[in-house]
Amino acid sequence: MWHLCCYGDARKDEKTAIKAAVLIQRWVRRYMARLEMRRRYTWNIFQSIEYAGEQDQLQLSSFFSFMLNNVTHLNGNGPDLISKLMDSASDPWLENENCYNLVTVPETYTGPRLSFPLSVSDMNALLGAFKEQQTLHARYVLQLLHETRKLLKQMPNIIHLSTTYTKEITICGGDLHGQLDDLLLIFYKNGLPSAETPYVFNGDFVDRGKNSVEVMVLLFAYLLLYPDYMHLNRGNHEDHLMNLRYGFTKEVMQKYKIHGCEILQLFQDVFSLLPIATIIDGKILIVHGGISDQTDLDFLSILERHKIKSALRFPQTTVEQLSIGQSSRQVKRIRSTDSSRPSSSRSHNIQRTPHQSGSVFQLPFLDSLSAPSPPQHEQEWKQIVDILWSDPKTLKGCCPNTFRGGGCYFGPDVTRRLLLQHGLQLLIRSHECKQEGYELCHSGQVITIFSASNYYEEGSNRGAYIKVGRELMPRFYQYQVSRSTRKLTLTQRVRAAEGSAFRALKEKLFTHRSELILGFQEYDHNNTGTILVSEWAQVLETGLRLDLPWRTLRPHLVRLASGGRVDYQSCFEDMEPGVPQVEVTPNLADALFRYRKDIEIIFSIIDKDQSGLISIEEFRHTWHLFSAHLGIKIDNRAIDDLARSIDFNKDGSIDFNEFLEAFRVVHKLDNKDQPVNRIIGKE
Amino acid sequence: MAIRNTAGSCPHVHKKIKAAFEAFDYQSNHTVDVRSIGTVVYSLGCFPSRPNLHDFVAEVGEDHTGYIHLDKFLPAMTKKPLMLFKVLDKEKKGYLESEELTKYLTQEGEPFSQGEMEEMLTALSDNDHIYYADYISQLIFDPDT
Repeated sequence: MWHLCCYGDARKDEKTAIKAAVLIQRWVRRYMARLEMRRRYTWNIFQSIEYAGEQDQLQLSSFFSFMLNNVTHLNGNGPDLISKLMDSASDPWLENENCYNLVTVPETYTGPRLSFPLSVSDMNALLGAFKEQQTLHARYVLQLLHETRKLLKQMPNIIHLSTTYTKEITICGGDLHGQLDDLLLIFYKNGLPSAETPYVFNGDFVDRGKNSVEVMVLLFAYLLLYPDYMHLNRGNHEDHLMNLRYGFTKEVMQKYKIHGCEILQLFQDVFSLLPIATIIDGKILIVHGGISDQTDLDFLSILERHKIKSALRFPQTTVEQLSIGQSSRQVKRIRSTDSSRPSSSRSHNIQRTPHQSGSVFQLPFLDSLSAPSPPQHEQEWKQIVDILWSDPKTLKGCCPNTFRGGGCYFGPDVTRRLLLQHGLQLLIRSHECKQEGYELCHSGQVITIFSASNYYEEGSNRGAYIKVGRELMPRFYQYQVSRSTRKLTLTQRVRAAEGSAFRALKEKLFTHRSELILGFQEYDHNNTGTILVSEWAQVLETGLRLDLPWRTLRPHLVRLASGGRVDYQSCFEDMEPGVPQVEVTPNLADALFRYRKDIEIIFSIIDKDQSGLISIEEFRHTWHLFSAHLGIKIDNRAIDDLARSIDFNKDGSIDFNEFLEAFRVVHKLDNKDQPVNRIIGKE
Repeated sequence: MAIRNTAGSCPHVHKKIKAAFEAFDYQSNHTVDVRSIGTVVYSLGCFPSRPNLHDFVAEVGEDHTGYIHLDKFLPAMTKKPLMLFKVLDKEKKGYLESEELTKYLTQEGEPFSQGEMEEMLTALSDNDHIYYADYISQLIFDPDT
């Protein structure tokens, strides 16, 4: 133990010192192991929740597609509302080459002014302005997008680059996700784009971060300035249906109150025109997500890429596959590769019992599927989805990516075959956050590169980019944007990330509260309010399907009662609704908490002028749509009563943001300005 | 001598030690039977040998009532680990240079590999001076778990 005394004897001193060393070493080893454990499960929580969100979006989009393709009349004008969204006919105003000229820039505007064709001084003005958090005027954004569209139309689906003309090419994982600081840091460290420093950015420029517009403007502006030295691949977030959930739509509408809609529509167009792959020296293939066993580079190079406005806009016949997606949803996560240490890789081949739950997404009227769309289009769609959405896995073969809900998991054999077939050496892809910013798998044949540092949380991960020269040996450069001036120790970073992971997880629990409580009660025969830990874990996994180590996480989530049981109500006690409850029936409240994001998306689609207001009539239609989506019966009269009661000023319109605020989960302690404490049980 | 902090001043650690102690405080008077003290110590993740435990008890339970008081136990539990690092801190600076510590832990005892050593330093320290008193209790009682 530590019971050591200092005697004068030198030999004894030495002996004591060795003893001390042994003890310190044991403690450090144990501590490090625990820290690594925490880091791992924190990561798993973030990733599970992220992918669950993607699944939700796919489900919602597939529902839209289904409605549009199959239902002509649903209690009113349901499909009409979404048809505009799904198949946006281009606004003729935007087709006019000079429409931006009609937008005047007021004298009072102090931001950067651009003159086309762009020059280096325009770029400097943009960089300077964005560092100062200025916003570019809508007129210039529109013009920039017009010019970008014109340029992209000339570009092939697959860009071929050569290192013979330049010293080195820099490949950024893309996945900047609106994190302007990361882009600026890359430019600072590696140099601005130029003939000397050509760049490839590998998709996912927008969503999540606060500065998607600025990131996009800078990248497009450099593309226009140096079309030969700046290359952009499309990512799965360059998709207007993804943007609805993940923030880009909102960001544009907030920054551009007047021309937001036009800007969004142009973005949508430009996104669909982005090249889908880049090949360096015929040896290195760069795509955003990955490949599948169906991937055909020759076909990909000839298809009409702009037809695929959104990977979430399912061709008619593929809607059918959704039912397959549903049944295999239990298969869950396949960790492509271990995200930090090769030594601790484990395989996930857990067979789960099929889960029956009525409230999971259901497609009504599936039987009534009619006339399939031309197979050609479907093939194009599938090829692009696989490129944008797939992840590598360590096991052989190729299977649907049920954890994300879209794309494939592709094994090393799939990689090897494709590379061999086309004489390639290496596949570089992004799409997955990695702790170190990059990772190798498939015996080094696949590199994942991710360029948004602190993606999940301050300190959660580093960002990285790759440089390749003529010898085609990739070299990695890592970085991390730091807001605090002090360097944090690993312990402090793990603690911070862990804290916010548990916050997110508790929110998730709360939004599924009634369903979970029902599950708990099934085991609580005597109404003691307690169940066994194993039962608790079982209910959570069945209800949330996040594939998490619930027993390990238990001390952070629920209080222990006596006899190896947990007080199951305690896992909801840190949370409460955003504002005092609006009077709604319990099953309506459940749906609202759980599908708040989906409902918000539908509301904002209906709210064409983005005023934040919808009419009572529209509010009711949304519910008809939505009750069909959920397959739950919601009483029409209850909806009418609800609509009337929340029309506070009785003018026939509803502020839906205010309404939804009541169904946002907040952390009780936040209000009182207290640190978030864990539930500490008596153990 | 620059000692920034004394070990165990962290309230989390105190709580943890107290909680373990109180579990065996059957009379609710902040005392634990000498015979149970080993269990308390073990439950806190410390594994002394029998003779060492014996010495420890002798030191904290000096009044020979057969019971050990929390007031004695708590400071002993938090301060003793500090001795370990103090043994290494020959000049009594209050901190160890990372070089010093590295030399020590990679050569003595059950030596650390280079990798382990780097991990330890990034996990616990933000500069070259390791003020061991600051995180000794964290290392041993790990208040986060």
